[in-house]
Amino acid sequence: MPDLVLKGKVIKLGDNISTDDIIPGRFAHLRSNLPELAKHVLEDTAPEFASRARVLLATGEGKAVLVAGKNLGLGSSREHAPVVIKMSGIGAILAKSAARIFFRNAINQGLPVLLCDTDEIGDGDELEINVTGGKIVDLTSGFALNCNKMPPIMSAILEEGGLIPYIQKHKDFKL
Amino acid sequence: MGKTLAEKILSLKSHSEAKAGDVVIADVDLAFVQDTTGPLTIRQFKESGFEALAKPQQTIIFLDHAAPSPAQQLSNDHILLRRFAEETGCRIYEVGEGICHQLVAEQFASPGDVILGSDSHTVTAGALGAFATGMGSSDVAVALALGKTWFRVPESFLIELNGVFPRGVYAKDLILYLIGQIGADGANYKALEFGGEALAQMTMSQRLTIANMAVEAGAKVGLFPGDKITQDFLMEYGRGDNYKPLYPDAEANYEQVIPVNLDQLEPMLSLPHAVDNVRPVTRVKGVKIQQAFIGTCTNGRLEDLAVVAEILKGKKRHPATRLLIAPASRQVLIRAMKEGYIQSLVKAGATILPPGCAACLGLHQGVLGDSEVCISTANRNFKGRMGNPDAMIYLASPATAAASAIRGEITDPREVT
Ligand code: SF4
Repeated sequence: MPDLVLKGKVIKLGDNISTDDIIPGRFAHLRSNLPELAKHVLEDTAPEFASRARVLLATGEGKAVLVAGKNLGLGSSREHAPVVIKMSGIGAILAKSAARIFFRNAINQGLPVLLCDTDEIGDGDELEINVTGGKIVDLTSGFALNCNKMPPIMSAILEEGGLIPYIQKHKDFKL
Repeated sequence: MGKTLAEKILSLKSHSEAKAGDVVIADVDLAFVQDTTGPLTIRQFKESGFEALAKPQQTIIFLDHAAPSPAQQLSNDHILLRRFAEETGCRIYEVGEGICHQLVAEQFASPGDVILGSDSHTVTAGALGAFATGMGSSDVAVALALGKTWFRVPESFLIELNGVFPRGVYAKDLILYLIGQIGADGANYKALEFGGEALAQMTMSQRLTIANMAVEAGAKVGLFPGDKITQDFLMEYGRGDNYKPLYPDAEANYEQVIPVNLDQLEPMLSLPHAVDNVRPVTRVKGVKIQQAFIGTCTNGRLEDLAVVAEILKGKKRHPATRLLIAPASRQVLIRAMKEGYIQSLVKAGATILPPGCAACLGLHQGVLGDSEVCISTANRNFKGRMGNPDAMIYLASPATAAASAIRGEITDPREVT
């Protein structure tokens, strides 16, 4: 398989973005209506997030890259969190660290999450991300970063586009 | 080489020699969903082409988060979940039965089990020595069908507890203190394992409070050994046969050892908007509160209500402070009525909410208004958690919450007797 390589502009967020930030509990009644739920993504914490991602998509810039600080996605197990982030037009996530359930949920949704030191990445920078090799080039400022490796089973799930397509294909977990 | 509790359980359930860092496929003894994560799980289960559950009697749906439902969409989600239970023959716990984690502790979890829930506080059952962890809908959907899942075997931190709790200090204060020390991401991907001499005196109710919040330090599980106290608890709930002793090996390898002397602890609080933003109550007292919420999978048990009833007996809540109390399960409510706690609480001005999550996650039964301050016995105080991003949530023990409800401001429980 060829390496999975993505390009995209950065939307930068801070540390400790919780799943309650991504989807506040008061929208729990919309959880079976994902397009409606996605309209409220990060509404209280980063109100410009959804519109920025939408504009990038609409103007032909393609999917954006969500770049966060430490402990992204702490909190609840709601898989709706990576689902609505992906639906908003995010192609990949970079963070200094991510909470384990969120990390696993994003991979299960076929949304790459790479862990690296995100401090030097600027808001609006253009990135080239080699998901397979775990390498990032910041095309705007011209530096490169290496990311932590994920367990092979996660790479395999990501390669199939998520856990459900992975299981449909393999019928079981393959170590 | 000796094994930690995490390595022991995952070795057993993966039929292999599991060491920290390995990736294993393990049997799942119990898998459950609740009403806010369940509908997506079911849709994914069906989308994958699955029809049958691997273990219908070990699959449970809990209707506890929106209970009773405050909105038509959530009522329709409940219908979807009830239908799934009918189609597949899994168990379902209706509105009013209680919070998933409390019911799992009372009726299902046993030492050495692997338990998967589509709820992050599934870690609660670690109090009974179960490798219990939260996952998202896709992972749980697959586990429902295959009866197994994959795990990376976590490295463990040993939390070594010695001493006894001073007056006015409880398990909640200990776990808040610990999270303050470790940080909200300090134990990411790790197991917290609790040991030390203090365990011999530590009730199951206290252990459940502690294990419940392991995830707030990022941990995958919060594990207690299976010991005499576990056995007594299982016998109390008619499940004595489920008991198996479970201890870590003496030569087990821990990534860190964190000693805590309970004698040195004092009442603690988590300040808005982060669970690891921890301070002693003495440094925060006096903050005015409009609501006190006592309950949740962290602190809605009989022992918690006993402490609260004792403090509130013959007293009244402050006129400007609403006092909301939600027992964690029907069983807890029944026992609290029998002991006379409910009577004392209602007389003190409390509103008793039905067994369930109640005000915890901000969708009903106690949503906060703009700029309001709530003291809560729950496990999370993130911005917006109780339904309003402009509100403030302080996390505390039931004793601190009860004392604060009387004075209408954050109060050290040692001052109210
Ligand atoms: S009581 Fe709160 S933390 Fe516990 S399961 Fe319910 S919503 Fe989650």
